[in-house]
Amino acid sequence: MAEVKFTSPHEAETIPGTEGWERMYPYHYQFSTEDPERKKYEEGMFWFYDGLHYPEPMYPFDIIWDEAWFLALSQFNTRIFIVPPAMGIDHRIHNGYIYITPLPVADPQEIPKRAELFMKRAGYYFQNWDRLHDQWEVKMRNVIKKLADLEIPTLPEMEDESVVTEGLGISSGYKLLRAYDDLIDLGILAWQYHFEFLNLGYAAYVVFVDFCQKAFPDIPLQKVTQMVGGIDVIIYQPDEELKKLAKLAIDLGVDEIAMKGDAASVFKGMEASENGKKWLEALNAAREPWFHVSTGTGWYHHDRSWNDDLDVPLSAMGIYIVKLRKGESIGRPTAAIRAERERLSTEYRALLKSEGDLQTFDQMLGTARTVFPYVENHLFYVEHWFHSLFWNKVREVAKILVDFKFIQDVEDVWYLKRSEIKEALWDVVTGWATGSNPRGPLVWPKEVAWRKQVMEKFREWTPPDAMGQVPETISEPFTIVLWGITSESMSQWARLKTITEGDLAKIIGFPGSPGVVEGTVRVCRTVKDIGELQEGEILVAPTTSPSWAPAFQKIKAVVTDVGGIMCHAAIVCREYGLPAIVGTGSATSRLKTGQRIKIDGSSGEIEILG
Amino acid sequence: MDISKYVLAFEDCDLTMVGRVGGKCASLGELLKAQILVPPGFAITTEAYRQFLEDNSLLDKVNDRLIGLDDSRIVEVERASEDIRTWIDSGVLSENLEDVIAEQYRLLSRRARIPALPVAVRSSATAEDLPGASFAGQQETYLWVRGVDDLLEKTKKCWSSLFTPRAISYRIKMGFDHPKVLISVAVQKMVRSFTAGVMFTLNPATGDRATVVIDSNWGYGESVVSGEVTPDQFHVNKITMEVTKKTISDKQIYYTTNPETDEVLKLDVDPERRRSQSLLDKEILELARLAKIIEKHYGKPMDIEWATEKTLPFKGEIFIVQSRPETIWSQKEVKPVIEPKASAIEQIVAGLIKGRKVK
Repeated sequence: MAEVKFTSPHEAETIPGTEGWERMYPYHYQFSTEDPERKKYEEGMFWFYDGLHYPEPMYPFDIIWDEAWFLALSQFNTRIFIVPPAMGIDHRIHNGYIYITPLPVADPQEIPKRAELFMKRAGYYFQNWDRLHDQWEVKMRNVIKKLADLEIPTLPEMEDESVVTEGLGISSGYKLLRAYDDLIDLGILAWQYHFEFLNLGYAAYVVFVDFCQKAFPDIPLQKVTQMVGGIDVIIYQPDEELKKLAKLAIDLGVDEIAMKGDAASVFKGMEASENGKKWLEALNAAREPWFHVSTGTGWYHHDRSWNDDLDVPLSAMGIYIVKLRKGESIGRPTAAIRAERERLSTEYRALLKSEGDLQTFDQMLGTARTVFPYVENHLFYVEHWFHSLFWNKVREVAKILVDFKFIQDVEDVWYLKRSEIKEALWDVVTGWATGSNPRGPLVWPKEVAWRKQVMEKFREWTPPDAMGQVPETISEPFTIVLWGITSESMSQWARLKTITEGDLAKIIGFPGSPGVVEGTVRVCRTVKDIGELQEGEILVAPTTSPSWAPAFQKIKAVVTDVGGIMCHAAIVCREYGLPAIVGTGSATSRLKTGQRIKIDGSSGEIEILG
Repeated sequence: MDISKYVLAFEDCDLTMVGRVGGKCASLGELLKAQILVPPGFAITTEAYRQFLEDNSLLDKVNDRLIGLDDSRIVEVERASEDIRTWIDSGVLSENLEDVIAEQYRLLSRRARIPALPVAVRSSATAEDLPGASFAGQQETYLWVRGVDDLLEKTKKCWSSLFTPRAISYRIKMGFDHPKVLISVAVQKMVRSFTAGVMFTLNPATGDRATVVIDSNWGYGESVVSGEVTPDQFHVNKITMEVTKKTISDKQIYYTTNPETDEVLKLDVDPERRRSQSLLDKEILELARLAKIIEKHYGKPMDIEWATEKTLPFKGEIFIVQSRPETIWSQKEVKPVIEPKASAIEQIVAGLIKGRKVK
């Protein structure tokens, strides 16, 4: 492979008019040249842009999840399971974009010692997977319940008399500070659990992938994923609930009302009849927890859930009602998927020649299948259910800041770091307690306005794929699975650049699901736009999530800006046999609705026909 | 008399008869048994060849000429080759032998409903299947042979091709006994190839046994077999039956026939066809399906020559022209691709430690 070179992180471009942006993020996220030792370390590492999670620049508050996984992933690798050759993943930020780098174990002599510990510790998890996994689910549901129950107190003019009669001895001011701490704590805790199984899941998967690629050098990654992919995984459940509701509406004869589209008219219409009320009961049952599914990835505060905007699931449900009325099937072809999964594994297995390989194949496929449901399911618990509730709790805190004129709008709160919110809350409660004017209104509105224009400039800037030095090998399982950092992807990055500069008629992404089709583009920037999709169009979206599921009933292929082989669009397309190209970086901005394109889901190439 | 002593329809050949009909004819018979479409034809047996030598008193004469020959003395080998080939080419077929072959040829012509059916005459060597002795391509092939006289002449040419200097040297080097090496001839209906080429039931570049690799060019397969052209290449995943890779090459020349004279022509490909895909997607998949059947029938990876014929617009047929065991990857020692371990966790540790090469 040709040498791929990237610039030093210290020579990265700065954007005029954003000077001072560093204060929007934690200080230890900055690349710095002040200390020679740190400078040398940063220059020597390979920093790649985490476009998978962050297609847009980081809001000062939203970086909480980056910090959370910075800690959680690394601690499990390094301090808990002792992954033999890999330490954690270090993080930096530049112009609002997150760059990460996996750290190898510095002293190779350490590796055998670590391997022994890993066998014991990770081995314990693999051997007791089901029991520990059940326990995980209890813990996770507990965290979610605590979050849902967490009350964000408002600050009354005067405390209730019960504070006196019950001898409580504390004020709402204290309770607010404490509630905010609890809120942040719960978030960090959820992310601790997020990684409890994930490292091991990815490690098992990576080794199976490696084996398959050695035994079958031409095997597409898609096929390996299909062999281990779960079938009864909960990411499909929100969509299944919508299908059930569509069917119920028809059975109860209230489908006309259900088709009204906007939630207010649906509710009003349903309330008017007995059957309508029955349907509403079913809807309410489905909402907990399934409508906490995010319309985005859940990583950004602006990824709202179905519960936040019921228009989204209700209008999507209309697609199913129309299909059912036409007598078409809307069920997931689970039997076919299961049969295909078995056929693939059996036929690939049959091509293996040696006893040893058969044994390895069985071991690794078995383990990968045990761990894989977790890899797919944790997303619903953490990124969707927990995050959706979390963002709204932060909005309740923001409401208090609005009341005290610290910010103009609830949605301004995301421009503050979480430590700044804590400081601001101190400003609020001390002012409230004292009866004096807090300083916040003089500070924050100005700062938020400045940060907004900085973010705009960040948004217009294109972050480089990577900076620093490319290493010989990478052992960190996440880096391999999630970001697919391999020699191929490096050349792909290099190729992407030349193509962007040269042939404008071609866009390249990662092959997500095979098949070649030609069709008309429909760009949907958010899930709300899926109502505009026409039968047989090619959906072009920033990314998709389970709440986009109804769209897959209408389209013949998907192209996304963000995502890898394991992203939602790729998984669902493989299920439905639709071609998908994911992680193109820029398809939503380069393609226009109405354009004709030809896509090849095996090569990842998109050709613009006109 | 029993004509099967001298000629045998492909339908009646199978792999137990390599000694009688040679590897190529035996293999074509096997393909027919696997319900694969091959152009019809027949084998002229090794016994016919032996009888011919006997009738022309060549059995001992040929052997004597080869005794004591040293393969390193090229000029001597060349001289011996020239002598023997002249004797064979100028030999005379007995009336009986001539009748049997001519009758079989007429039957074939009648079956194809074409008078004086154009046929391909190829040698079908009995040594081809000896392990490691790849004679493939060492013997002659004659295309567009028409009429009995032409057929008999080309048959003798095939017989004498057993004594090219290269074949003689090879046998001396390998210590093969000349008198034991006999040759059969395959007489097969010519396919007017629209496209043709070769395919492997594994990827010859990577050894991946889940892949079928198809090389294809316009016209006869000779341009692909001889390496005179960079063919189109198609990869098909055998398990999912998806075309996983298409490489459309700049195909500069192709072989075809002058329809008036049946003369084989080597022509430049028309500019607009040079960079267009030489097989339809459904043909690619059909070839892969045939490859799977053939591999399954033989129970081992195969190397297959194929051709498509388009006598009518919109209607095409795919023929398998010949197949033989793949020799490169199949002869590699079977050993695990990664070292087996007692448990999954040990495998995971080993995998993690190895990591992924990035550079």
